[in-house]
Formats: sequence, C-alpha cells, structure tokens
Amino acid sequence: MSLHRLTIHEAHELLRQREVSAVELTESVLARIDECDPEIKAYITVTPEVALEQAARADERIAKGEAGPLTGIPVAIKDNMCTRGVHTSCGSRILESFTPPYTATAVERLFDEGAVLVGKTNMDEFAMGSSTEHSAFFPTHNPWDPSRVPGGSSGGSAAAVVANETLFALGSDTGGSIRQPAALCGVVGLKPTYGRVSRYGLIAFASSLDQIGPLTKDVTDCALVLNALAFHDPLDSTSASESTPDYTSYLVEDLARVVVGVPTEYFTAGLDPGVEARVREAIAQLEELGAQVREISMPHERYVVATYFLTSWPEASANLARYDGLKYGLSAPDAQNIREAQSKARGRGFGTEVKRRIMLGTYALSSGYYDAYYLKAQKVRTLIKEDFDRAFAEGVDVIVGPTSPIVAFGLGEKVDDPLEMYLADLYTIPANLAGLPGISIPCGFHEGLPVGFQIMGRRFAEGTVLSVAYAYERSTDHHSRRPD
Amino acid sequence: MKITRAEVVHIADLARLELAEDEIQRLQADLSQILEYVDQLSQLDTTEVPPTAHVVAREDVLREDVTRPSLPPEEVLYNAPQAEEGYFRVHAVLPKGEQ
Repeated sequence: MSLHRLTIHEAHELLRQREVSAVELTESVLARIDECDPEIKAYITVTPEVALEQAARADERIAKGEAGPLTGIPVAIKDNMCTRGVHTSCGSRILESFTPPYTATAVERLFDEGAVLVGKTNMDEFAMGSSTEHSAFFPTHNPWDPSRVPGGSSGGSAAAVVANETLFALGSDTGGSIRQPAALCGVVGLKPTYGRVSRYGLIAFASSLDQIGPLTKDVTDCALVLNALAFHDPLDSTSASESTPDYTSYLVEDLARVVVGVPTEYFTAGLDPGVEARVREAIAQLEELGAQVREISMPHERYVVATYFLTSWPEASANLARYDGLKYGLSAPDAQNIREAQSKARGRGFGTEVKRRIMLGTYALSSGYYDAYYLKAQKVRTLIKEDFDRAFAEGVDVIVGPTSPIVAFGLGEKVDDPLEMYLADLYTIPANLAGLPGISIPCGFHEGLPVGFQIMGRRFAEGTVLSVAYAYERSTDHHSRRPD
Repeated sequence: MKITRAEVVHIADLARLELAEDEIQRLQADLSQILEYVDQLSQLDTTEVPPTAHVVAREDVLREDVTRPSLPPEEVLYNAPQAEEGYFRVHAVLPKGEQ
C-alpha cells in the first residue's frame, strides 16, 4: 500500500485501528521525498531524524488510545515558520544559516497534536512572489508539469502536498500565497480570517495582511487542521479571541439556504477563457446543489493590486529593517563601521525581488510621501473592505470566483516582468485587504493543468466557507486526481 | 512618475542597502513603472474616507505584569555572527576619535 497517498482522515483511521504505525507512514513519506524531490525540489530541508523520533512518540500515544486526528500524521512546514533546532531560511541568503531558538505557535499546536515534521518547504524569499522562483536557493517545479511553476509563495508546500511528499502542509498568505499555489497545484488551500491563527514565530512580511493556513488533499483534512490551528494565542497581540467551533461540524452537503455572490468584475479581460469555463461550471454546480447564485458588484476591484503594493511593501520595508547582520543572519565582517556593516549585509543577503519591495516601501514611507502613498492606500482599503461588507449585509454568504486568472505558467516566463506577475494576484489580494477567510479548491483542468475555485466568506465564518467547499468537493472528483 | 538616479541612491541609503550599479539602474526603471501603476489611486476621491487601521476591531491587549522565563543567553547568542562575554559584538558605532 502506498501510505504517502493517503489523506489525513484516511491515515488516521488506519493508525487508530493499528493497521499501520506512524513510523511506517513516516517512512513511506520520507521514501517518497527521496524518490520525487530531486526533480520537484519542494523542500529546502528534510528532517528524517526529527520525523522518525516524533513518529515513534506518536505510536506510543496511539498505543495508549490517545490518538487525535493529527497524531502520527506527516506535515511539511513553509520555511518562514520558526522550528526550534531546525534550520529556518525564509528562502533567503540573509537567513541561510539561521536556526531558531523557539517554535512558532501554529507549528507547536501541530506538534502538541502529535503531527510529524518531515521538512521545511521552499518559498519565494520572505514570501515575496507568486512562483517560488524568487527562492534564493532553487525554484520548485510543478508536479503536473515540471517545466512550470507551482505558484507561490508557498509553492514548496503546495507541490509537496500534490506530489504526496507529505500528507499536509502549512503555508502563509499575505496576498494569495496559500491559495494561488493551491490552485496551480490542484490542492485545497485556506487563508483563515486575519487573526484566526497565531503568527507568533512566523517571519513577518506585511503585518496587517499575513496569515498562516493549511494546504491539504481535501476539504475534510482542511477542517481537521484548522481545528488544531485556530485558537487565541497570548503571544500574538493580533490573535483573535473569538470562539472556535469544531470545523468538521460544517462538513455537511446542504447548500439549500446558502446565497452565493459572483462579482461581475472578476470575469473581465485577463481571465483565461479556459479557467473561466471551469469556474462557471463550478458555479453552476453550486446552483445544482441548491445554492442561490446572485450576481454582485465589487466596484473597487480594479484598485486592489495598487492598494496591495502600497500596503504590503511599506510594511515589509519596516519589518525587514531587523535584518542588520548584527544579532543573527548574514554579516559583513569586512565592513569598516556599523552602518557599512548593515548596508553590506543587506545588500548581499537580500535578492532582487526583496530589494525592489524594500526600496518602494521605503520610498512610500519617506518624508513627504506617507500621505500620498501609505495613507491613501489605507483609505482605498476601506472602500475595498466596504464592497465586501455591503455584499454580506445584503445577504450574500460566500463570494466565489477564480483563484488565479491563469493556470501554472512556465518557469522563467514572467520572472523578468514583475508587474505582470503581480497583476495575476488580483483575485486573492482582496481577502487579505479585507481580512476575510478564503479557500481555493480544485475545480477541474485546463490544458492538463489544475484550475482553482475560490470561496470567500465573512470574517470568522470559516465554517460556512468549508461547508460550501465540502458540498462542491463531494459532488466532483477533481480533488482526487494526482499527477502520477 | 519618474524616479531619478539620485533618488534611488538616497532611498537605498535610508533602507541600508548597498546596491551595485546595475541594480541602481534596474531599480530606477522598476520603481518608476510601479509608481506610474499605483498612481491610479489618485483618481479616487478619498477625502471623506477613514483609513483602515485594523480589519478586525480589537481592544488593546494587556497582560498581567508577571515575570516569566525567557531564553537563556547562550540560545539568544547562538546565531550571533560575533559574541563576547554574553554580549553581541558589533562594529564601532562612532568613528575613532569621537568615542
């Protein structure tokens, strides 16, 4: 039996019934990584020793009858989440030799549940990118077609899940970095509500937008992982104190009272007709399942990318000021004074994309420009947020559309035209700007490549989002298709 | 909006980024292109619109002022490029003669 092909809930049943052990499951995943990863390159670091030790402990828990849904389940963690004693690079030269002294809360929660760390996944440097080509180390290849990108910035996590190189993964999402690679690789990816999952130990990119979430093989697994992640963390001042339901209780096939909003503005020039066809079919399927579909308007959709630039880049320039080569990270021992040491370490340690964003962010925050750029963007952000609030106030439960306007593109195809690459994030950015939960689920294929369907909901209504995703998934078989 | 070479050099100095000549030229072109793109926001009249400070309304978060264990010094200094006697060792902040 190919254990690495299992979903979390399938593996849990076998573990619970003692038909397989956590060590056997982990060995199967590690063997799969050995087999696939030389070509896919989803991982920056593979952690077999940690994994086998955690798996052995999971087996002890299972033997005592204390197995939770994630006990003994292999997980891959994006390399921007701190893992005590395990190298954490954030895809950057500046942290190439960094080993954190503590573990991120989200990861700690999974460990508490008995999950097994198999490795740290590749990503665009500091999560800045949509293709994983901005990793300082190497690009990741899309398992459906290795000449194409897996999306980004959580491209390693998405590729690892679809290639069965893990049972599930964590990613982070600032402007689409969980949902877009989930779409391009054909897996389920959820960005929870802003504040739903603790960010303690997540290496910061843009603090008003960043959120951690799961990448899984199906919607049931997504709900199981969210159950472990969603809670109030006193170590993160932006962590939400709203109560958390059992998200699996929303996995019911009943869309009778659900109102689905479809923004007209999401179906305009730039959307690949092949992607549009699959998304329209998915919407028709929701109607077939009993949902009421309503056309809605998001008049400020055209401003989302510009607002995102002027929000996330200034925040990034401030967050990344901490990399000064003094306390940790790449240093410049050849410098003559402290200022030169900082400039040299940063000049050598950051890649092209990170420098571009730090430069624009610094410019937008510099004296005399703050009002015209950052403040202006925060005002437009209010208008974008109000577009969503209005739709929800008028009775819409979820807002759906494409996750990405295009399927996976070729490696190297867009890397020299940054603006073109950024514009492809237009459907995922709004959920970050408005703080909403959004999921991408597989809805079919175009030219042999996966297409993602996005479902967004009200703040803290992850349950509603999951219920619509689950009902759709149960009526199709797109999620069960794998590259091999 | 065209950015000058001098502006790129000035911003790089503010951001503490040492740039090579080809990077300066590339950034001059990229920043000009991106600022031109974001200029579309000026079409919107936002005089009466309040800025978003937080997408989710939050009260100030306070905790009890109690001491808790923190990381031991050797773990804090483990990643330091240079450390000495329990401190981070850095370059001189003031040039020689001003110390």
